[in-house]
Amino acid sequence: MIPRRIWGIETEYGLTCAALQGHRPPLDADEAARLLFKPVVAMGRSTNVFLRNGGRLYLDVGSHPEYATAECDQLPDLLAQDRAGAEYLRELTAHANAKLAEDGVDGRLHLFRNNLDAAGNSFGCHENYLVRRRPDFRAMVGSLVPFFVTRQIVTGGGHVRVRSGRVEMGFSQRSGQMWDAMSSATTRSRPMVNTRDEPHADVDRYRRLHVIVGDSNMAEGSTLVKVAATDMLLAMVEAGRNPELEITDPMRAIREISTDITGSVDVEMADGRRMTPVAIQRHHLETIRAFAAANWDVDPWHALALELWDRGLTAVESGDHSLVDTELDWAIKERLVARFEERPGSNIVALQRLLLAYHDITEGGLQERMEAGGLMRRLTTPELVTDAVATPPRTTRALVRGRFVGLAQDLRKDHMVDWVHVKVADPAQRTIMLTDPFAPHDERVEALMESMSIS
Amino acid sequence: MSSQEFASSSRREPEPVPDLPVPAPAQEQTRNVDDLLDEIDSILVTNAESFVQGFVQKGGQ
Repeated sequence: MIPRRIWGIETEYGLTCAALQGHRPPLDADEAARLLFKPVVAMGRSTNVFLRNGGRLYLDVGSHPEYATAECDQLPDLLAQDRAGAEYLRELTAHANAKLAEDGVDGRLHLFRNNLDAAGNSFGCHENYLVRRRPDFRAMVGSLVPFFVTRQIVTGGGHVRVRSGRVEMGFSQRSGQMWDAMSSATTRSRPMVNTRDEPHADVDRYRRLHVIVGDSNMAEGSTLVKVAATDMLLAMVEAGRNPELEITDPMRAIREISTDITGSVDVEMADGRRMTPVAIQRHHLETIRAFAAANWDVDPWHALALELWDRGLTAVESGDHSLVDTELDWAIKERLVARFEERPGSNIVALQRLLLAYHDITEGGLQERMEAGGLMRRLTTPELVTDAVATPPRTTRALVRGRFVGLAQDLRKDHMVDWVHVKVADPAQRTIMLTDPFAPHDERVEALMESMSIS
Repeated sequence: MSSQEFASSSRREPEPVPDLPVPAPAQEQTRNVDDLLDEIDSILVTNAESFVQGFVQKGGQ
């Protein structure tokens, strides 16, 4: 069995209020965000709330609606909780758009799971992995850098750039926005891994690996490989087996790789070798496979991730992108764009509009249409996602938090919650700390909930 | 981390992995992409320039 680990995904959504007829957005991003969050503020008296599924919804830096999944330790739960966030935001958008229509405003809100706006501002999709605290944390993170630099050739969201009228396909919007391998600052230096020490758990035992180099994904296959491959790499490194590669200039490499869809850029390694991103990824995949064969009984979801990871690399290497063009974002997008360009009357503006539609989670987005048409493979079921909007994962601390929030909401009790605390705003001011993210049950919270129901 | 935390006893039965769909023949998939593009044609031409250029925010993390 691969060691149990807590993961979470935080997605910053791009927001716009698009004019229906006029030229300028009738609401700017701040105003649009405030309108979108009106029901949230009415419910939680704040633009930062925890939901009954254990996740968190808030307005982040730059008026980005952000949804953080609850703690998950099962891959299908993580996929469902992530998509539940999109569902939740989609409903908020529909509500806001009904209001705009009612008021006769010439605009409608759209939310994008992408990583760049029209002015080149970047926002992200951040992954969290709970890791053991160890004295050589920075060295451990350093050993992961070649993996984070190159995994975009499988998990990238696809980046279409128009240069001198020509359309160029690349792997990742996010990669070009990275300025540092690791740092404790995020918006200033924008590192691949944020090393801020904030485990949201017992600080003596854990740290949280906060990875901000990833693209926001639409395809669930891309999200699956992104998290599962990283999880397995961490498990192997924590067991003492290091991938033992070092890239001389990671920031240069990540940029060069992101714009070369052939995956054949020569990357200079610290030992003087030159390796392609495909070779670097294959090295990680094969090292993990060998380690897994000797040490783990791999569950079907991690096995699926390994298989798709492998197939993604073969697709890049062979140039036969049809191997993954219903499963990985960059290949799905590439086919869509190629077909669009062959249409009579297609132009750059319409192409850019199409690309936004690919990432749009509101009405007018392509995801469900593509899934229904067999053009994008869905791994969750609609039932699981509907369930995940209102129900926390059952195997982690999220269950304690989600049930508490649900009860407090039902009873209309003022409460305060964050990742590690729950508190009822009553005269006794009881605060309970939940420092074990693996524990789906807590006697103190049970007692508190019982007393809330009685009083 | 104690071994108890890594214990697998609290794991419930995992969701079954969905079956690999039988890929549609390339021709049919191409037709499906074309159908999709037909379906969204009006979205792509309605005030597209304003839509594309109007999407501007501050940066995030």
